[in-house]
Amino acid sequence: MTCDLCGEREATVHLTEIIQDESRELHLCEPCAREKGVKMDAPFGLADLMTGLTDLGATLEQSGIAPPTACPQCGLRFEDFKRSGRLGCGTCYETFQRGLALLLRQVHGASRHIGKAPAATSPQAKREAELEGLKARLKQAVKSEAFEEAATLRDRIGQLEPPPKPKGTRRGTRHRSAQ
Amino acid sequence: MAHAIEALSSLQRQTGEWLRGTGPHAAIVMSSRIRLARNLAGHRFPHWATKRGRAQVRAAVEQAAGRAPYLAQALLLHLEELPGVDRLFLVERHLISREHADGDAAERAVIIGDREIIAVMVNEEDHVRLQVLQSGLNLREGWAIASELDRQLEADLAYAFSPAWGYLTCCPTNVGTGLRASAMLHLPCLVMTKQINRVLHAITKLGLTARGLYGEGTEATGNFFQISNQVSLGRAEPELVDALERIAGQVVQQEEAAREAIVTQNREALEDRIWRAYGTLKSAHIITSAETTDLLSLVRLGVDLGIVPLDRATINTLFITTQPAHLQRWAGRSLASRERDVRRAQLLRESLAASAGRQGGTTP
Ligand SMILES: [Zn+2]
Ligand SMILES: [Zn+2]
Repeated sequence: MTCDLCGEREATVHLTEIIQDESRELHLCEPCAREKGVKMDAPFGLADLMTGLTDLGATLEQSGIAPPTACPQCGLRFEDFKRSGRLGCGTCYETFQRGLALLLRQVHGASRHIGKAPAATSPQAKREAELEGLKARLKQAVKSEAFEEAATLRDRIGQLEPPPKPKGTRRGTRHRSAQ
Repeated sequence: MAHAIEALSSLQRQTGEWLRGTGPHAAIVMSSRIRLARNLAGHRFPHWATKRGRAQVRAAVEQAAGRAPYLAQALLLHLEELPGVDRLFLVERHLISREHADGDAAERAVIIGDREIIAVMVNEEDHVRLQVLQSGLNLREGWAIASELDRQLEADLAYAFSPAWGYLTCCPTNVGTGLRASAMLHLPCLVMTKQINRVLHAITKLGLTARGLYGEGTEATGNFFQISNQVSLGRAEPELVDALERIAGQVVQQEEAAREAIVTQNREALEDRIWRAYGTLKSAHIITSAETTDLLSLVRLGVDLGIVPLDRATINTLFITTQPAHLQRWAGRSLASRERDVRRAQLLRESLAASAGRQGGTTP
């Protein structure tokens, strides 16, 4: 059997990939498999990501958001990322955050981390991160009328949310009082 | 260098924990894996870094690993010191990825823990990729181990992390938890009864990804399938791990039902196929990797059903030791494809004879 991509070399990598409910068989030779980034060990969302990246340029253009040209920390350009699907350093996430937020929602259905954080991160920051994540999911749950899930989420938010402090040091409080 | 080669020989003599065929649902779940992707703050990701930058990262990770109790007896290998066949040997044992073996080897490393349960790749796509690989359906325990190892390493390493986006990874498909949990399932009877596509489809509806494994020749997948979580952001780790464990458990039940149906309705034909597979493996003098994988899959099923009196670890191990780099290390020299087919047949005959001897089993 020859490779589905180049049609020349013998296919040695055989995959059944099912993404978004569509199943397809792929038979690739080693060089093509590597080029496509097909790995036994993921990234499984890669196809989604690459589709997302193609759309992303257009979406950003339409919305008039021009991503910054290069990351100040590592020098990677947004163009480089669109081509390779790989970022250059942690700071890239901040640099390209508007474009990435769109993309992450496409790939993960979320754009907020919930879960473990390095111990060095302050408990306050951890709680805030978790809270923001939970609130985002609550909004989503209400929107999709998943009321049971919404109720559970609301309970957890209630447990995490500290009673409002008079001085209003938390960001959320400040926003509200400013309005 | 001599040290590294000696270390590899010691690996070759042992059986990794994940091949032992023990643990929950080990008849159907070959192995469970937890993988965490981590990067160091203030350093470029490996593909975008200078050689010097990568060297700094490797030194930092090695130092942290040196202090981690879980890696007290670990083996450290620098990939640039290993010949290609030895890097492939590590891939075949699931200790490093193919990309790690094939890319520019400079400043790449792997740290291998006791019984090959823990493996930490340094400077793969991310600075640190730690994996916990175990036999059977063992994801929750795997997560507990991975999480603790992560804690030990972060005592010395400042990870790139943002409260909003979690652990920052080179590819945005891994960002957030950086977690990829996966289970490798052996599903010969779902394949025989042609239910496999329906099952795999159902899995993907639940936010997981499924794919065939061990593809080497046409249709020769050995009936192994890997399922794993597709998203890594917006769900807490225990939630991701639980979901995968639960769904893998459901697939196990479906495979069990398919096995029972075949045994009830078609026992003779099934036994015939299994014994013929065993007969071929026991007596062939030339055998390709693809044929080996297919036949071992049938014999593994025979072992699970109590038809073939062999131990599961022997069969599991043969899936790995019959691969090219393992054969070449065993032979002590590089082998052309045809020579490998001869060696492979020899290894199969010897291993199966020895195992049958231990079990006191004979062909009826
Ligand atoms: Zn090709
Ligand atoms: Zn950057």
